[in-house]
Amino acid sequence: MTVESKQQNDIRRTVKKLALIVVGMCFFVAALVPLYDLFCEVTGLNGKTGGPYVFDEAKTSPDTTRLVKVNFLTNTNEGMSWDFWPQKGAVRVHPGSANTVSFYVKNTTGRPMIAQAIPSLVPSSAAEFFHKTECFCFEQQLLQPGEELEMPMRFIVDRGLPKNVQSINLSYALFDVTERVGLPEDMQITDNQVSPVTGG
Amino acid sequence: MSEVIHADHHDDHAHGPAKGMLRWLYTTNHKDIGTLYLWFSFAMFLIGGAMALVIRTELFQPGLQFIEPEFFNQMTTNHGLIMVFGAIMPAFVGLANWLIPMQVGAPDMALPRMNNLSFWILPFAFSMMISTLFMEGGGPNFGWTFYAPLSTTYAPDSVTYFIFAVHLMGASSIMGSINIIATILNMRAPGMTLMKMPMFVWTWLITAYLLIAVMPVLAGAVTMMLFDIHFNTSFFNAAGGGDPVMFQHIFWFFGHPEVYIMILPAFGIVSHIIPTFARKQLFGYTSMVYAVASIAFLSFIVWAHHMFTVGMPLAGQLFFMYSTMLIAVPTGVKVFNWIATMWRGSMTFETPMLFAIAFVVLFTIGGLSGIMLAITPADYQYHDTYFVVAHFHYVLVPGALFSIIAAVYFWIPKWTGKMYDESLGKLHFWLSFVGVNVTFFPQHFSGLAGMPRRIPDYALQFADFNMISSVGAFIFGFSQVFFLYVLIKTIRSGAPAKARSWEGAKGLEWTLPSPAPYHSFTYPPEVKSEEVHG
Amino acid sequence: MQVTLPRKLTTRLLRTLEIELKVRQSRMKNQILRMLTGTLAFLASGVALADELNMRVGVTDISRQVYDLHMTIFYICVAIGVVVFSVLFWSVFQHRKSKGAVAATFHDSTKLELAWTIVPTLILIVMAIPATQVLVAMYDTGGEDMNIEVRGYQWKWQYKYLDEDYNNSFSFFSNLATPKSQIVNRSAKTDTYLLEVDEHLRIPINRKVRFLVTSEDVIHAWWVPDFGIKRDAVPGMLNELWAIVEEPGIYRGQCTELCGKDHGFMPIVVEAMPEAEFDAWYATKVTSEVVRQESMSKTFTHDELMVQGEVIYGTYCSSCHMANGEGVPPVFPAIAKSPVALGPRDDHLSLVINGVSGSAMQAFGKQLDAVQLASVVHYQRHAFGNDVGDISQPQDVINLSNGQ
Repeated sequence: MTVESKQQNDIRRTVKKLALIVVGMCFFVAALVPLYDLFCEVTGLNGKTGGPYVFDEAKTSPDTTRLVKVNFLTNTNEGMSWDFWPQKGAVRVHPGSANTVSFYVKNTTGRPMIAQAIPSLVPSSAAEFFHKTECFCFEQQLLQPGEELEMPMRFIVDRGLPKNVQSINLSYALFDVTERVGLPEDMQITDNQVSPVTGG
Repeated sequence: MSEVIHADHHDDHAHGPAKGMLRWLYTTNHKDIGTLYLWFSFAMFLIGGAMALVIRTELFQPGLQFIEPEFFNQMTTNHGLIMVFGAIMPAFVGLANWLIPMQVGAPDMALPRMNNLSFWILPFAFSMMISTLFMEGGGPNFGWTFYAPLSTTYAPDSVTYFIFAVHLMGASSIMGSINIIATILNMRAPGMTLMKMPMFVWTWLITAYLLIAVMPVLAGAVTMMLFDIHFNTSFFNAAGGGDPVMFQHIFWFFGHPEVYIMILPAFGIVSHIIPTFARKQLFGYTSMVYAVASIAFLSFIVWAHHMFTVGMPLAGQLFFMYSTMLIAVPTGVKVFNWIATMWRGSMTFETPMLFAIAFVVLFTIGGLSGIMLAITPADYQYHDTYFVVAHFHYVLVPGALFSIIAAVYFWIPKWTGKMYDESLGKLHFWLSFVGVNVTFFPQHFSGLAGMPRRIPDYALQFADFNMISSVGAFIFGFSQVFFLYVLIKTIRSGAPAKARSWEGAKGLEWTLPSPAPYHSFTYPPEVKSEEVHG
Repeated sequence: MQVTLPRKLTTRLLRTLEIELKVRQSRMKNQILRMLTGTLAFLASGVALADELNMRVGVTDISRQVYDLHMTIFYICVAIGVVVFSVLFWSVFQHRKSKGAVAATFHDSTKLELAWTIVPTLILIVMAIPATQVLVAMYDTGGEDMNIEVRGYQWKWQYKYLDEDYNNSFSFFSNLATPKSQIVNRSAKTDTYLLEVDEHLRIPINRKVRFLVTSEDVIHAWWVPDFGIKRDAVPGMLNELWAIVEEPGIYRGQCTELCGKDHGFMPIVVEAMPEAEFDAWYATKVTSEVVRQESMSKTFTHDELMVQGEVIYGTYCSSCHMANGEGVPPVFPAIAKSPVALGPRDDHLSLVINGVSGSAMQAFGKQLDAVQLASVVHYQRHAFGNDVGDISQPQDVINLSNGQ
């Protein structure tokens, strides 16, 4: 093999290795998406509160030594004009006890719409200790024009909540996902749940 | 010991460059391609500079006098995009193309045809991007950092062309970097070990690795944007369970190494010029190499210092504060080594040296404001104000840009065989120096006083410094047009230059005649110890 | 006479030109004089421009800590700069060929390299300690006395006072109040140019106020320099900030994240009031909310609607549709003689309430109550040369919202 063709071979090998790095980095950036979600779910860093929580009510024992205030914020985003408000602005709960609160929505427009509620919780150190057993944010909500709905939310604040957290702020942002999801063909549907959405 | 290597030439190359305009379209010669990149980057620099002058004209006084806020946002966005991707990066690639083969004793780059493609993608991509300014709905108006959802749900229709242009530029950079690494690793003349390579080659080797690592990440970010806009995905859309903040993480994971990509070759250039004009070998070659490598490595773990106000938890803020502060250490080592090179040298102050010394001083000022920005609790008061604008313009303009200008003055005798007019060069330097400082120094104060970024109009307490800054911008802009005049005058009627155009110049390129022949080092040269890492 | 006329005319022309030039020269002179004075003043610097040259100390304990930290780091950086540049410039002046200097040959020194690696690292550690302390102090978000939701919109802020009893919560929008005529240089600018709003946020001093920051649409950022706090407003996400303000006063800030066309025109104004004053204001606000809710069922006259509507139009509509209703077609359609304004009233109301998705026309049903909506639509139908002759009442708006 001449020196020159050896050099060409060396070049080819280098180029192959570098191309592999490029492809590897493409996979890396694609992997960043689920990795980011996983990181946030595990640490609660972006205020997301996880999916449905299963717990045995008989086994819970409230920590009566302290009360934690849970504030509720409700908003509709991107111009969505539904009415959306919490039954109570805040509740005080014992960690470890099961609680239920209600939220109300009303479709004030002239057309059927589907909404998705996105929760966000601060402080982020509390997110992993806030468990929801039932939440309207787990599913999308279809409302007919003028229709009003009461939506319960059941939650439990974990006893492991750091002692320095005395209040938690939970916000729900309601988004119009009618176009994203698509209205069902049969528009006479009275059942308010549409296909479940994971996470929330 | 030297081996005879016959490069695999096509027959027409043996007759020199092709005649006419098609020479430039088809060339695979690294010198031609270097020239193309350099002229392209200069044209883009003037276009991006014109946009800056539109911005500074509007900001000359409070009130809206000349343009509407929507157009102002397009100007700031495109000024950033063009300067970063169209001026600074291609200029460094042009210098790499011209210098790396000569400096390592190679006849050309490893993949000459891919080299041609890498260049010609750029005029196409940038024509497309600039044409979006004339489309209905206007061009990109969301900042060069294009955060979602402003750049997805709320973007003008032309955003798809913007995304396509970014993909093309990224492809060009990746191909160019593969070429550079393959050349440096495989085509060095016998005897040139890695630790004998010139600093410019070292810095470009490391920069090229940074590029192939992070350009795919940028491609990923804009592809996710594309999907969110057109295919109903929700990467960055809260409604679908996505997260706008994730965009920032992905973008800055690219973005921070990107700014080091824009400065490491500058470090390499300065490491050639200062030893030449101090007539003294570069101080601490080994630690200079390690410093560049550590800066490159650290650049991957500091990205969130661009996001201190986004709502990260305390542990994240602390980690990024510490890692960002740490980068100051190897950078400081480099600055000290340059000064130690000057110390007890025998200095003359021709134009390249003036620009190089100004680089050391003014880049250091930019670096010190960078340390201030790294301090997270203080950053809450600096973030997204003119203090940040001042910081990055100090490291990019009297930083990266001055090094490019210095490189042009330094190597133009080698490229053209003609010497520039020293008085004109010095005049260009002093005009640029005054202009850049009058433009950007007051912006530190505007920022501290509370002026946010990216606003076309401002409260009255910011008026004085804005007026001063705008005057400086026009001085600086004029001085770069003057630079064009100096260059053209040199090319057309400069005095003939010697092979070793500067008394203290060391390196294989200075063993070639001036101008360097169209094909050089067809046979590998002997690597003499007095030429290497000078 | 015939002979002298051209001469007179020419003289006249020349004199006019002369005056024109003089005026321009004097204007230029004025500008140059101002620049010179500005530069001199800047160079003279010192106390006179102290508040323009430096960050504010602010009125909270946190802002003072941040200011002290900033000054400490700044002085260290200045010291580093002075030392490094002194060595550099000494070398530039002493070690020149023209002075006969002969180049030394040293190019290595492990001792020096270690020294200038270790010493900067130590300096950085010294900086990091107070920085960490201040940051930890800023993250102590617990124990707040009141919660306020701060919501960024394109291009205004909304403040919601949150109460445990949701019926006592109320909110209002805070829009830029600087008149367009000042922005386009047709009238003189005031001291609070671009930093004034129609209704500002009020908080009590000496109480921990938590700000819950979020956004309606794109990412904004809420910053009050005097409090030393800034946080991004991200749609769908909640961020928290807190402040304990120690001095009553009015404090101004701006949006600090590019959010579109009017990013520079959505200021923040906060008034910190003594506790008793705040409590009194808060109580009246809660009751006036009740009054406002009751006015939804009121019937207004044409004149009342026009007066109210004109104010709302100026605040919410004129930035895009222009003060004369001509708009900037095709992006911002005209309202004068428009098919919508002259067409059916309920369609016009619907458009304003729900916006036009995919366009810049926002859904104002969220931002304006029924009285405001009825007023502004009525105004649009009877101004700019329009004269439809119908009437819009708050109840019509409410009926639309009920799907009727």
